[in-house]
Amino acid sequence: MLKKAKLLEIFFIVIIALAAYLLHLKQEFYLVHILSLAGIYVLLALGLNMVIGYTGLLDLGFIAFYAIGAYSAALLSSKGFSFWAILPTSILITCAFRFLLGKPLMRLRGDYLAIVTLGFGEITRLILNNWDALTNGPKGLPRVGETIRPITLFSFHLNSEISYFYLILFFVAASIFAIRRIERSKIGRAFVAIREDEIAAEAMGINTSYIKLLSFTISAVFAAIAGVIYAHWIGFVSPESFSFWESVFLVCMVALGGMGNILGIIFGVTLLVGLPEFLRITLGGEFVLYRMLLFGLLMVIMTILRPQGIIPEKRMALELKD
Amino acid sequence: MANSAIIFPELVNGITLGAIYALISLGYTMVYGVLLMINFAHSEIVMAGAFFGLFLLSFFLKFTFFQNNLLLLLTSVFLLSMCVSGILGAAIERLAYRPLRKTNRLMPLISAIGVSLFLQNLFMLTLSPEAKPYPSVFPAVNFQLGAVTINSIQIFIIIISILFMVALEYFVNRTKLGVAIKAASSDIETAKLMGINTNSIISLVFFIGAALGGVAGILVGMYYGSIKYNMGFTYGIKAFTAAVLGGIGNIPGAMLGGFMLGILESLGAAYISSAYKDVFAFIILILVLIFKPTGLLGERAQDKC
Repeated sequence: MLKKAKLLEIFFIVIIALAAYLLHLKQEFYLVHILSLAGIYVLLALGLNMVIGYTGLLDLGFIAFYAIGAYSAALLSSKGFSFWAILPTSILITCAFRFLLGKPLMRLRGDYLAIVTLGFGEITRLILNNWDALTNGPKGLPRVGETIRPITLFSFHLNSEISYFYLILFFVAASIFAIRRIERSKIGRAFVAIREDEIAAEAMGINTSYIKLLSFTISAVFAAIAGVIYAHWIGFVSPESFSFWESVFLVCMVALGGMGNILGIIFGVTLLVGLPEFLRITLGGEFVLYRMLLFGLLMVIMTILRPQGIIPEKRMALELKD
Repeated sequence: MANSAIIFPELVNGITLGAIYALISLGYTMVYGVLLMINFAHSEIVMAGAFFGLFLLSFFLKFTFFQNNLLLLLTSVFLLSMCVSGILGAAIERLAYRPLRKTNRLMPLISAIGVSLFLQNLFMLTLSPEAKPYPSVFPAVNFQLGAVTINSIQIFIIIISILFMVALEYFVNRTKLGVAIKAASSDIETAKLMGINTNSIISLVFFIGAALGGVAGILVGMYYGSIKYNMGFTYGIKAFTAAVLGGIGNIPGAMLGGFMLGILESLGAAYISSAYKDVFAFIILILVLIFKPTGLLGERAQDKC
């Protein structure tokens, strides 16, 4: 059963890779761009899912860590470091921030945690917007005269949309693999135990604040990867890419698709990234303006029709089999 | 750059802003008290209220009768726009939140975000993506009270806010309906068992919160002279901070939190850095939550969720 699921996943990834290549051949570069963007969101949503979906901690400021990843990458790259050196460094920096923020917060619950993370997200954006000496303020990075160096892989330069798409797809696949491992490990089960009943989990000998902090910190790895790739891919970062709305959309992707379920999350991302684009294409002309209006309405309708998410988690059944 | 000469203007500005925050935060705190949910769309109601006020003002100002009678003009504008915003608030609850009451706690939040997005775009598309000027109803006259200068609009905002807050306190503590709200807020299941129609109480809470939010929207328009479709977000976040600061679910707490936040923010902007004005609000919020998660006046245990 599980093997079949894994094969299906690999098949799915291959299909997407081929589809992207087809779009590339047909010169639909914009669509490849959207696919890459969706890939970045999948990375972010997978990270956020670890906190919201598995551990049950509502995080409304996840985008701040994406921003920290992207900004640290932009800064390091303009100092001459290569992508492969920046990636681990940025992950480390981002996780350090996440750990330091998480440490005092782990005894807060539910909405309080949500609000503090929201506050931290806004603080990060405001600092990026105002600390001219480091972040170049609203003008963003890199500064005039500096550039973000392109990614090189075995003397091969990544410069087309499709090559970035494959890079992102690789990291998405690797993340899914890693998350599957975590999910079935002792730690992964501890995450879910905390979500289901924190007091019971504690009684079973789980050090809940440590495990929560672990989940909080690991999730930042995915945000950092997404941020580093984004900075290299777009070649420019500015505070407006990291607004509160982005965090909110991420939460919606996770919750609408089906919390705790990787397939559900991918579906959620496709829906939320794809739907506005789809509406843009189908509505056409003047109606393009109305797409966000429709999008808001659809969000309400979807939550009412399927409050458990479109593809909900089947964890319970799986858990009993283990 | 800052010296003691600016402390009074900043203080007055802070109290004015604080009064507005306090009015908005009442909507958050009352809803949270009863349903334990963050009504994310409340900030859009503030924006909508500001626009309703704008329509009504420009409509009534066409009549010389109202032009000559300021008190009647303001009363009718405020009351009518309160009704409209209140109905909007209750309608949002009925359509977007009530079907989700039995689901997990994240879903109403997402639905609220959808509503927020819908309303913002609705106002942007049907009215204007640009800022709209607010008619000045009465002249800004400066008054000198000792070392303090305060203008007529600031006095008006502070008086109106305090008036509504006192009225709300009276309503909640002294009337039968108000006591029903308090009962629902302390334990909604038991309130239901006591024969309270909790559905109508919830509608009422949304109506009152939204009506006060609408008033706050008009006051923002009068204070700054212009309104925009995306103005709600900042006020919403600040007001929510104020509600948490005072102790969420606690009505006097929301008022205290609003005034404190307004004052701290203006003083911080004047004495430390105006670019980081908004950062102070969030730092205060984080510190309060870490060290006193129940807020300044909150009695609700943090684990009740």
